[in-house]
Amino acid sequence: MIIAEWKPLPELVEILKGHTNVLVVGCATCVAECAAGGEREVETLAPLLQMALKQEGRTINVRTSTLERQCEWEFVEELAKVAPQVDAIVSLACGIGIQAVAERFPELAVYPGVNTTALAIRQEPGTWLARCAACGDCVLGETFGFCPVARCAKSLSNGPCGGTRKNGKCEIDENIDCVWYQIYERAKARGKVEQLLKVRKPKNWSNSGHGGPKRVVREDLRP
Amino acid sequence: MMKAGTRLEKTLRAGQFALTVEVGPPRGPNPEDVLRKAQQLKGVADGYNVTDNQTAVVRMSSIAGARLLLDAGCEPIMQMTCRDRNRIALQSDLLGAWALGMRNCLCLSGDHQKAGASGKLKGHPGSKNVFDVDSIQLISILKGMRDEGVLESGDPISQPTPFFIGAVWTPLAPPEEFRVLRLAKKIEAGADFIQTQAVFDIKRFATAVKAAADRGLTDRAAILVGIIVPKSARMLEYMNANVPGVEVPEALIKRMAAAKDQRQEGYQITVELIQAARNIPGLKGVHLQAIESEEVLPEIIRAAGLLPRPQV
Repeated sequence: MIIAEWKPLPELVEILKGHTNVLVVGCATCVAECAAGGEREVETLAPLLQMALKQEGRTINVRTSTLERQCEWEFVEELAKVAPQVDAIVSLACGIGIQAVAERFPELAVYPGVNTTALAIRQEPGTWLARCAACGDCVLGETFGFCPVARCAKSLSNGPCGGTRKNGKCEIDENIDCVWYQIYERAKARGKVEQLLKVRKPKNWSNSGHGGPKRVVREDLRP
Repeated sequence: MMKAGTRLEKTLRAGQFALTVEVGPPRGPNPEDVLRKAQQLKGVADGYNVTDNQTAVVRMSSIAGARLLLDAGCEPIMQMTCRDRNRIALQSDLLGAWALGMRNCLCLSGDHQKAGASGKLKGHPGSKNVFDVDSIQLISILKGMRDEGVLESGDPISQPTPFFIGAVWTPLAPPEEFRVLRLAKKIEAGADFIQTQAVFDIKRFATAVKAAADRGLTDRAAILVGIIVPKSARMLEYMNANVPGVEVPEALIKRMAAAKDQRQEGYQITVELIQAARNIPGLKGVHLQAIESEEVLPEIIRAAGLLPRPQV
């Protein structure tokens, strides 16, 4: 899923200067799963925002709405009824959802209520870990199902740097596993260590953001 | 056939035990800071490593530092990391460095920008890293530019850039069994010489070198053991606990702690480590570091019986 984290409340209070009718809009998909922008978070943030603004002597009418998926036009359309009654939208969706809302309602100020941070999985309740970097050149078949692009701090292609701690964690964060340590252990368990001996050539980064903004066209699906 | 004809290469080729030292560029623009170190160290080593923003702290560039050393009569080993430059910038800098007279290049991935001098300075933890290629791929790039006169893309350059290519090895970091295989990859990619992470446990290191020798690696590339001059028991404890791949035997820490003059004891330990390393079959030299106190090196090198350096 795409994970996101709340922006600090003071930042949102500051950003809403001059607005009087605000809509906080969530998304019931990824950001709900990572407890950043689902219905529960929208209904938590709205009163907090209202209180914080009130302390600053500002009265703002805060409404809420949570869409099934903020990244699909059909669902975004549901905001068309309430949009004329507000002058700003705070979206708790990922960057995709925020932009969909901004594109559909160009007359309104649309602000991000979260920072979108990674493509991740829930490891245990309350903990999410990055899993994919959307690099456009997947190597998971050669790295025993562990992504070195997203999960190695240096995105190394040919094995661990010298920074693996004694307990197999990464030197830059004691809570993060060295993914190359994991890859090696999995290769060993499978009896396939020799597969890691190949010198892997520089990656082709051009099929991701490094090749310019991504545009995918499927002729068979076009109208 | 000589690959780049550097003093380090010739020394190794002549079968002499090689000695390199590390010279950290200053955190400022003053060339005198480099020249002062050059004066202190001239003639005591076969190559002078110039670090590339180590621990992700901004310093004078390794290319500029290396050129200053070269002008002062110390043959530099320019270090180059993959953290800050993509393959375009790396190759451009390699062309420029070669034009300026650099012939030794050590390839590293580079400390992550979160390192920030181990927290002693602010550093730039909010910076964007590059890591377009990794250290092994950088080695391949240098080999291609030297042996085939081509860039990573396959595009030709007007003339080859013969560099003597170096790589690093951290033999005692986990997963330990894989470290020798990673060394093999570096040599397969084109590394001519290897400088290791700091070694204090000669016994364990000797076992790792034997594993490398058993794979024929000590014949294909020259391994130089990394030795850091210890300054205090606290420094040894810190490195043992916090620097991955650095293993300091308990007995050594105790010996240091019991010493009346820890600095002097550190010199003595360094000399003993060098002498012990010389007896490891297949080991070709030593890479000596005295972090921010390079002036102590000549005395240590002399005491280790490694002066004068051989004429090659």
